[in-house]
Amino acid sequence: MFIDYYKVLGVGRNATANEIKSAYRKLARKLHPDLNPNDKDAKRKFQEINEANEVLSDPEKRKKYDQYGENWKHAEEFKNAGQYQEQPSGAGGQTFTWSQGEGEFSDFFESLFGDLGGRARGRQVVYRGEDYTAELYLDLIDAFETHQRTLTVNGKKIRITIPAGIENDQTIKIAGHGGKGRNGGPAGDLYITFKIAGHPKFKRSGNNLYTTVDLDLYTAVLGGEITVDTLNGKAKLKVRPETQNGSKIKLKGKGFPVYKSKGEYGDLYITYMVKVPTNLTERQRELFFELAKSQK
Amino acid sequence: MKAMKKENMISAIEFCECHHIEISFIDSIKKTGIIELATVEDTTYIRESQLHDLEKIVRLYNDLDINPEGIDVVINLLRRMEDMQIEITLLKNRLRLYEEPEW
Repeated sequence: MFIDYYKVLGVGRNATANEIKSAYRKLARKLHPDLNPNDKDAKRKFQEINEANEVLSDPEKRKKYDQYGENWKHAEEFKNAGQYQEQPSGAGGQTFTWSQGEGEFSDFFESLFGDLGGRARGRQVVYRGEDYTAELYLDLIDAFETHQRTLTVNGKKIRITIPAGIENDQTIKIAGHGGKGRNGGPAGDLYITFKIAGHPKFKRSGNNLYTTVDLDLYTAVLGGEITVDTLNGKAKLKVRPETQNGSKIKLKGKGFPVYKSKGEYGDLYITYMVKVPTNLTERQRELFFELAKSQK
Repeated sequence: MKAMKKENMISAIEFCECHHIEISFIDSIKKTGIIELATVEDTTYIRESQLHDLEKIVRLYNDLDINPEGIDVVINLLRRMEDMQIEITLLKNRLRLYEEPEW
């Protein structure tokens, strides 16, 4: 697909070198990946303006682009005719140190100028590898315990430890597992964002868990002992006599593990839902009537 | 400082050679206090843990022509943005408690 580099930079086809430089700098200040962390859209646009600048700020490349750009599919013929000699860029092109990994130029650019368009020749600029981002989906129960997982990132297997208590949408950095650096530059980092699914029975807020427990009317009125589910087991509870519907209790330390604080847990909040008995027998109805009369 | 281990550090001179920048740039960054650099036997060293931040600073300087004082402002704002992002995530997760359908 033909790319209108002038349009990308928002300049006219007759723009001077200074106008191109100024337009590029203005857009770079807005879209630079360091100023827009985790913004894939900004990164893509930044690569587009970088590529446009790479071409338009280099008189040789700009000339070729103006001449053959729209017929880029025939670029091979121009190459064969020897009309374009690759030269070290440097006359106008500024080389950014931001992750210029392979594959970051469009097919259009590669067709017209070949691999990297001769941009890095003779400069040996050190590039840090590209940072990778990934999303990892976990169940709530997976986030409850520290465990290891093997991930495949760009064909390479890496084993990571997921600490208990990780939050939904929390991002962790795995240093050195991003793209390879160039010319001896360090590798980029891998950023993993965790997406934790909701649980049908427990809700989480920070380190605390919330759940509801059904309570039969008789236990609610008279009190007693019940067994309730926690996220990782069961707990025995004493129910006070005359427990009201909707009343809450707190089980200290039965909530979610505190991130990177071994042995520390939040609390579990239980809301009682008192269930009124249905399908009463005649005898039970009589007893309830008696009970009702005794209240008057 | 003399007892500090050098294994996990890179000398500022080596860093500058690698990134084609003047050592005076590192001095000016040091003065702003954005990054605290170590000095061992009169040589400035960069800790491995600071490399990522310093490379970001170099990119802002090289790519966008921002001077060290400007970089200081940008880095502080980015840190605030990061803190706010964490807070937003926590608040969104708390909101999930009320937005998810009744169970």
